[in-house]
Amino acid sequence: MNSTLGSPANIIGILFSVILVSALLIWVERRLLAVWQDRLGPNRVGPFGLMQVMADMIKMFFKEDWIPSFTDRWVFVLAPTIVFITMLTGFAVIPFAPGVGIIDFNFGLLYFLALTSLSVYSIVLAGYASNNKYALLGGLRAAAQTVSYEVFMGISIMGVVMLAGTFNLREIVEAQRDGWFIGPQFLGFLIFLIAAIAESRRAPLDLPEAEQELVAGFHLEYSGMKFGMFFVGEYLGITLSSAVIVTLFFGGWLGPGLPPLVWFCLKTSIGIMFFILLRGALPRPRYDQLMRFGWKVLLPAGLLNLLLTGAIVLSLHG
Amino acid sequence: MLSQIRSLWEVLKHTFVKADTVEYPEQRRELYPRYRGRIILTRDPDGEERCVACNLCAVVCPPDCIALQKAEDEDGRWYPEFFRINFSRCIMCGFCEEACPTHAIQLTPDFEMGEYDRQNMVYEKQNLLIDGTGKYHDYNFYRVAGMTINGKNKGQAENEKPPVDVKTLLP
Amino acid sequence: MARIQIDGQFYSVPEGNNVLSTCLSLGLDLPYFCWHPAMGSAGACRQCAIIQYKDEEDTRGRLVMACMTPVTDNLRISLNAEQARQFRRDNIELLMTNHPHDCPVCEEGGECHLQDMTHMTGHNLRRYRGRKRTHNNQNLGPFINHEMNRCIACYRCTRFYNEYAGCDDLQVFGIHNNVYFGRFEDGALESEFSGNLVEVCPTGVFTDKTFSAHFTRKWDLQTAPSICVHCSLGCNISPGERYGELRRIVNRYNGDVNGYFLCDRGRFGYDFVNSSKRIQHPRIKQRNACIQTAKEHFHQLLTRAKRTIGIGSPRATLEANFALRSLVGETNFFSGIEDTEYQLLQTVSQIIRDGGIHSPSMREVEQADALLILGEDVTHSAPRLALSLRQAARNVSIELAASALHVPSWQNAAVREIEKQALTPVFIASIGRTRLDDIALDTYHGSPDYLANFGFAIAHYLDSSAPEANALDADENKLAHTIAAALKQAKRPLIVSGTSCSSLAVIQAAYNIAKALPSPNRQLTFSLPECNSLGLALMAGNDLQQAFTAIEQGQADTVVILENDLYRRAEKQKVDAFLETAEQLVVIDSLKNPTTEKADLLLPAASFAESEGTLVNNEGRAQRYFPVYPAPDSICASWQWLLGTMENSSWQHHDDLTTACAQAFPDLTAITQVAPGADYRVKGSKIPRQPHRYSGRTALHANIDVSEPGQPTDSETPFAYSMEGNMAQVPPALLPVVWSPGWDSNQAINKFQEETGGHLREGDAGIRLFEVSGTLAWFNGIPKPYISEPGVWEVMALPHIFGSEELSLQSPAIAQRLATVCALMNPLDAEQAGIDNGDCVIISDLSGASLLTTVIQIDTNLSSAGLLCITAGHPKFQALKMGMQVTLRKFNSDSEVGS
Repeated sequence: MNSTLGSPANIIGILFSVILVSALLIWVERRLLAVWQDRLGPNRVGPFGLMQVMADMIKMFFKEDWIPSFTDRWVFVLAPTIVFITMLTGFAVIPFAPGVGIIDFNFGLLYFLALTSLSVYSIVLAGYASNNKYALLGGLRAAAQTVSYEVFMGISIMGVVMLAGTFNLREIVEAQRDGWFIGPQFLGFLIFLIAAIAESRRAPLDLPEAEQELVAGFHLEYSGMKFGMFFVGEYLGITLSSAVIVTLFFGGWLGPGLPPLVWFCLKTSIGIMFFILLRGALPRPRYDQLMRFGWKVLLPAGLLNLLLTGAIVLSLHG
Repeated sequence: MLSQIRSLWEVLKHTFVKADTVEYPEQRRELYPRYRGRIILTRDPDGEERCVACNLCAVVCPPDCIALQKAEDEDGRWYPEFFRINFSRCIMCGFCEEACPTHAIQLTPDFEMGEYDRQNMVYEKQNLLIDGTGKYHDYNFYRVAGMTINGKNKGQAENEKPPVDVKTLLP
Repeated sequence: MARIQIDGQFYSVPEGNNVLSTCLSLGLDLPYFCWHPAMGSAGACRQCAIIQYKDEEDTRGRLVMACMTPVTDNLRISLNAEQARQFRRDNIELLMTNHPHDCPVCEEGGECHLQDMTHMTGHNLRRYRGRKRTHNNQNLGPFINHEMNRCIACYRCTRFYNEYAGCDDLQVFGIHNNVYFGRFEDGALESEFSGNLVEVCPTGVFTDKTFSAHFTRKWDLQTAPSICVHCSLGCNISPGERYGELRRIVNRYNGDVNGYFLCDRGRFGYDFVNSSKRIQHPRIKQRNACIQTAKEHFHQLLTRAKRTIGIGSPRATLEANFALRSLVGETNFFSGIEDTEYQLLQTVSQIIRDGGIHSPSMREVEQADALLILGEDVTHSAPRLALSLRQAARNVSIELAASALHVPSWQNAAVREIEKQALTPVFIASIGRTRLDDIALDTYHGSPDYLANFGFAIAHYLDSSAPEANALDADENKLAHTIAAALKQAKRPLIVSGTSCSSLAVIQAAYNIAKALPSPNRQLTFSLPECNSLGLALMAGNDLQQAFTAIEQGQADTVVILENDLYRRAEKQKVDAFLETAEQLVVIDSLKNPTTEKADLLLPAASFAESEGTLVNNEGRAQRYFPVYPAPDSICASWQWLLGTMENSSWQHHDDLTTACAQAFPDLTAITQVAPGADYRVKGSKIPRQPHRYSGRTALHANIDVSEPGQPTDSETPFAYSMEGNMAQVPPALLPVVWSPGWDSNQAINKFQEETGGHLREGDAGIRLFEVSGTLAWFNGIPKPYISEPGVWEVMALPHIFGSEELSLQSPAIAQRLATVCALMNPLDAEQAGIDNGDCVIISDLSGASLLTTVIQIDTNLSSAGLLCITAGHPKFQALKMGMQVTLRKFNSDSEVGS
């Protein structure tokens, strides 16, 4: 195990900026969706409506934090914190720029995979503890969806690992000096992207909370700050997924002219916006379609990608 | 798959389209005469109340927010003794206007009806009745109907023959 | 049974009926106007056209009118054939050419048969651009509005009015397209059944004037099944309410009782409920009090009392009377009926219970083939019964038509033609002229004693073991023999009598005649004074005189009077003495009257439209009425006031009271099955009182408070003050509103009957308490003829449809039609006393105290000497009581000015 921990200033800075970005996303998403739907979006609170975030937070904090009587109390309280914590700790391995990052260790990628898998506990427990049929169905869907798409996610990035020859995220970025992995690993990128959407339960793959069928799914009974944690957790998930996609396929901080950190942030924000665009443009598939697509298309495609990459890597280096 | 990408692209293009919405109340849209806003009761060209209290608006109203009571004045005209619309329930669907056989009830291009006290959303006849004919200028129900009112006897409405003399045996 | 084919479907139906009626019985929709299940076919409107095919091979068929085509075996017809549909569409288009553009201002709109039928035929665009024919209207009195322009000339009105109800002042005038249905000149319609024109007319020519004064569309009326409280027949009615006010009464079909029709008292007498004479608040010593205080005060009065007596009422329900009886104890309960009437009712109830003679429903009355009416002017004492008797008078000719000429009964015009050749033997023995005299073969007039004697004579001629009457003169004897012979031959003879004469002998004579009849299907019916007279009689109790005695002798000090104006029951001095001697007087009533003015504690009672209860009609049929709308907060149902003061009572609800009442009286055991209890549910919910189109829910009370109040709950009945619920599954007898898709008018009832004009599916409302059992010995109280002293007259208070009934008197429309204030007198008597027609006289009692002044009318039909006939119950004649002996003095305007 070869790992180095960043300085306290580094850690605190990253923690705050990540939370800030996630919170800001509340406003960004609403403004962007409005733009794409030919509307104006929230523009009244503060300059450009930026303070909408504050307004939302104030509202959220002052809402009655209500725990329904029929719930499993402790689990109910615990559930939203899990998603928040797992998503936040996921940022620990992200290489923002040379010298900027919390921890640098060899199995960074596996760590990321492990944490995203853990976050599903939050959803399942929330669904279970709510003691509500819609919430339970949402929880079940989340469990099945996450477990399935985790498989393809893992398989899809093995190509990157093969090319880079390491699980260390910094080294993966360094390995892209000659060219981003988006080129050789395009199929892997597509699979990873879809799996990332499914893992973060974003539209169009937000089946666990499918409003039309399940009202609000797993967080149906949540209100106030506990709901807020699910909400922010989701935005953290988007940010984290974008950051990982940038790291794995778009050369991380690498780029000409600008400072590395700026490059990283720029690429990540384009990724985030792409997530929002997906929500604005695509309809939600049916649940059976989601599962069929995963197992019958993504899995063979992932394996094929693995096989081809392996063969090419072997033939080039062997 | 291609259609998904296409829709992504189509939506992305909207980044450069001007917003359809305006910043009310600084900017205002032009509202057309047939806009479905605040409900009024109109008068016929002779200046009499058009409403004959037939209750059709009330029965067609989806949120059941119209209540009225028929009365008859000394001229023999039916009119509503009271006519109440609970605008806190009204959904501005305009069914009442469609149902109205006398063009009495009409919707207007005014939607700015906010109140701090919900009770003020209940409009009585004096709040609803205007002095004009509204959108339909010429229609006068009693000129068409067969009922006698003061000043219009049997046979004096449009397309009516004079009353039959039942005592004649002429063909 | 015949097997017929309609549009390719096979049906098995009874033979002989007409095709229209059969199709409607099968639930098929076929438009019609002139046909009416009670009045048969006329073939006037040409609306029910169908195609009839000769046989299986016939493809063209021919157009026939369904109402004029009899059902035969192997009949093959089509309702949906394009030619038939086209014909019906064209026909209604022609009927509509002159129909005015009136629907928004027409009281019929929304329950209009013409609207329904126009819709059904698919005529929805007016192509006629010519000028419309118009008519002038007439003023037809306080009940009916006339708007002739709307007429489609179906002739239903005159067929009902002239043929069914037997009155001739509404006629058809003019020719061809100009026919006019009206009176010869303006004036109130004379028939006592004119209100039915509102329902008979398929469009808005005849509409309800009282309803128009506070008009509401049918879909906005809150309704509940109810029973008419204005006479003893117990007709089924549907009262409608809006904005807390009773708006109108329409007929509620009951195949056994009133069928399709009501009398005008029942239909227009409802307005007393909205009267300013209603008692709105409890009053303690003439001061308004709140409901809680009143309850406590009532309770205190009862605990402090030495002995409390309760006076029940024949116009209060079984439950209210029973609650009072339980409150004061059996020995302290008095029925509140004056002694003679009490005795009459006891005899009648004994005859119905143990007399061994069938007490017929009105449907059965209509089947009778020989009639004797003894001592009643039925049109005035039990109006709806008179309409049934009039139909019974046709039975012989209907049978003749069917047997000899093979003309079915629904061929109305043909059967009416035969009527001139064969008449049902109808005989009327009464004090004076009656409204049914036109159907009578012969009549007999006399004082009650003579009538009774005449009846006893008939009984003796029918069965020689019956006691012999006093000798009759030759003409009378001949008539008695004729009547006896006619009754003897009849298969279903019917004797009608009642309490109008206040004579026990008349009732006994009626029983003797019925008992003497040989036919096993003999029937005997009585008309009784009030809506629950028989029910109260079954509860026994003591008569009013004993109550007077109890107070007079100081055995009791507190009196509770339930819905009873004692001043109508007994002489003023007696009642005054009684009410003043009683230390505490508690009165429960709905309208102010002289008795309520004396009350120390006055408790406002809910009217029939705001409360529930069971009534027993003259037939012995128990029926329940239900509240149409909740009573105002300060008013309670009588039974609630009484139950509220009972200590430690296990009775909480009306159903408990009904059950307890059924247990207490063996005769009333069945009353628990009259209607379902409060726990009854249809598909899990209560029966809605409001139609599914009920409007204005969120605006009704918005002027008071924009936050809508919850719907009032009803814990006492199976009905809800709501529009939620499954109306389609409700048993028809409990239906508050008669409605079926495409059938907005009351004629939708054919969707709820076993067959058109038959019983309701799942049974008619009400339960008969008595079936034929036992027998009584011959009555032999043959009265000695009353010999009048010269100069002394006996008062005969004869009932009148408008004026004799206490509650309907307070309805403005009825008040406009009150009987003329005059006293009737025999011409011989008048001549002796030197009184001319129209003279004013002062009536004094035997001690010489003058009672009132009135006009005398000489009536040649009054044959008995010494009778002075007045309208019973009329407010102007309050001072005179039945059977009083009075003297007359001509009013001399010169000498008595200012007196």
